[in-house]
Amino acid sequence: MNKPNERKLTIARAMAEAVAQEMRVDPSVFVMGEDIGKLGGVYGNTRGLLEEFGAERIRDTPISETAFIGAAVGAAQDGMRPVVELMFVDFFGVCFDAIYNLMAKNIYFSGGNFKVPMVLMTSTGGGYSDAGQHSQCLYGTFAHLPGMKVVCPSNAYDAKGLMTAAMRDDSPVVYMYHKSLQGMGWLATEPGATVHTPEESYTLEIGKAKVAREGSDVTIVSVGMGVHHALKAAAQLEEKGTSAEVVDLVSLVPLDRDTIRKSVAKTGRLIVVDEDYMSYGVSGEVIASVTEHDISVLKAAPKRVAYPDVPIPFARVMEQYCLPNPDKIVAAFDGMNAA
Amino acid sequence: MAPTREQQHWMYRNMVTSRKFEEAIAGIYFEGKTPVFSMADGPIPGEMHLSDGQEPVAVGVCAHLNAGDVVTATHRPHHQAIAKGVDLDKMAAEIFGKKSGLSGGRGGHMHLFDADVNFACSGIIAQGMGPAVGAALSRKMQNKPGVAVAFVGEGAVNQGGWHEAMNLAATWNLPFVCVIEDNAWGISVSKEDSTAISNNAERASAYGMPGVRIADNDPYAIFEAAGEAISRAREGKGPSLIEVETYRLAGHFMGDAEGYRPEGEKDALFEKDPIPKMRANMLADGMASVAELDTIEAEAAARVETAIKFARESADPAPEDALTSVFA
Repeated sequence: MNKPNERKLTIARAMAEAVAQEMRVDPSVFVMGEDIGKLGGVYGNTRGLLEEFGAERIRDTPISETAFIGAAVGAAQDGMRPVVELMFVDFFGVCFDAIYNLMAKNIYFSGGNFKVPMVLMTSTGGGYSDAGQHSQCLYGTFAHLPGMKVVCPSNAYDAKGLMTAAMRDDSPVVYMYHKSLQGMGWLATEPGATVHTPEESYTLEIGKAKVAREGSDVTIVSVGMGVHHALKAAAQLEEKGTSAEVVDLVSLVPLDRDTIRKSVAKTGRLIVVDEDYMSYGVSGEVIASVTEHDISVLKAAPKRVAYPDVPIPFARVMEQYCLPNPDKIVAAFDGMNAA
Repeated sequence: MAPTREQQHWMYRNMVTSRKFEEAIAGIYFEGKTPVFSMADGPIPGEMHLSDGQEPVAVGVCAHLNAGDVVTATHRPHHQAIAKGVDLDKMAAEIFGKKSGLSGGRGGHMHLFDADVNFACSGIIAQGMGPAVGAALSRKMQNKPGVAVAFVGEGAVNQGGWHEAMNLAATWNLPFVCVIEDNAWGISVSKEDSTAISNNAERASAYGMPGVRIADNDPYAIFEAAGEAISRAREGKGPSLIEVETYRLAGHFMGDAEGYRPEGEKDALFEKDPIPKMRANMLADGMASVAELDTIEAEAAARVETAIKFARESADPAPEDALTSVFA
């Protein structure tokens, strides 16, 4: 997707640009969260907004997630379009009622008479030794509970289009961005996430997966950071004569089951890569989407490369041992053939 | 400022409507639930938290509100909904789980939402606070008129979220009022056994806002305190806290045997039933004639009867309607 002389953005800048462009045309959009003003967001995704829009619309909050996420619900029901930041997704533990009992249920409980147009953006992911309260993905936790859309961009182009779509949606959207894709000066970034991003405003359809790489022998499904692991694994597999297709889910809710099924129907093999915990999560859901639809397309039992069901450890060797990586995906494919 | 004659009539009418509504619900609630009580049976299944005795708080506050103002209510929301002007037919139908209900039967009695009068609920203790503060923020940011009132019980002040929301409302100087209905009981645990201080209005000082406590469920004192707090909010002077000593004349929910109450407490509370008390006050003050009050009571009874009839006669939702309205 990159051509010479085309403008590349990090995900952080793409998110901030999408918000700024929407705020210029829609006075109901505002941003609130911890350190999103003067600091520009711990992950840079609100950088420059305070300078352009001022403290009334770019609101630093107290460390009170229950209050300000609950407040976003009330503001959204009253005609505003808040973009709210939960700094680390791990912090959901202190404020989940506001998220899953209010934000996610008030449209339903009002029979559609109240809209809740808000974006809850939150950072995910580990790999940098921040241990188990600051490194989780929790994709499955959020995607499991009805009433919220969930998106996870793997690159800046998608990040911008998803953010604009999320702000225009009349339902709550949880926008989960991975720290290792963000483009922060203080944390190494996956180069593949920083891609050409058009200057003009545009939207990406929520609930639509993308085939990030075409192939014919195996389908590797993932989301966010996992897509980059999958693409690297596909390159390794190609050297060994295997053609891997990579599906980037882009959205977890709604889940684009058709794109998954179509790909697996073509390749006959499925590997799901998920940095979230293995059990009861996205990886199981993707596999079930295929097997309960038509198990006969499978030439081998599906495989999962996911985070083991343990809290995330601090020590580098232990954390790296647990995280998905391209080698584990290649090994999963080899194991699949051996079976 | 004391309520005018017209305001007193409005307050009395809404108190009586609320009480008659609760009496009607209480009667119907046990239909189909005998001889062996099962909460899941009858025309009104599920939990039922009645508001008998707490009416003065709702009317004393809502007398100062209009349809554009925002109210968030609790798991015990009927009196607040009625005083805020929620459509009584649709509200009754919602409590019966009918298609014609406020949300087509998706919410039930703990989740009453009426966008026409900006009324919303949360069945979770203290969780109406955030949305009310957010609505107040929305009005301030849009420079639109309107205040937001969060009704909570006295148990809610022991939730962290209550304190977070109070701090946020004060820090941002929002047009917000928190009204605590202190009915002395969090299900079976008394306020005394669960709360470090007896007067929760004192907590307002922690957030640099005015706080008042109203004794003895007095509708006139509630009216005055709420009038002051709401005017203050409308004038951009920031949030306030009001705690009202009120009485839960019913159990926590229907079917509650209330064995935890000290002997004689309920009898003493019924002696202080706010409805006959207000009737007597209005007559003594020359604010209404016997005939006027009788008419108000008859009209309230008829209004409730119409709503209950509408609910009973409404159709059930199609089962598959459960799968709709998840997203806007």
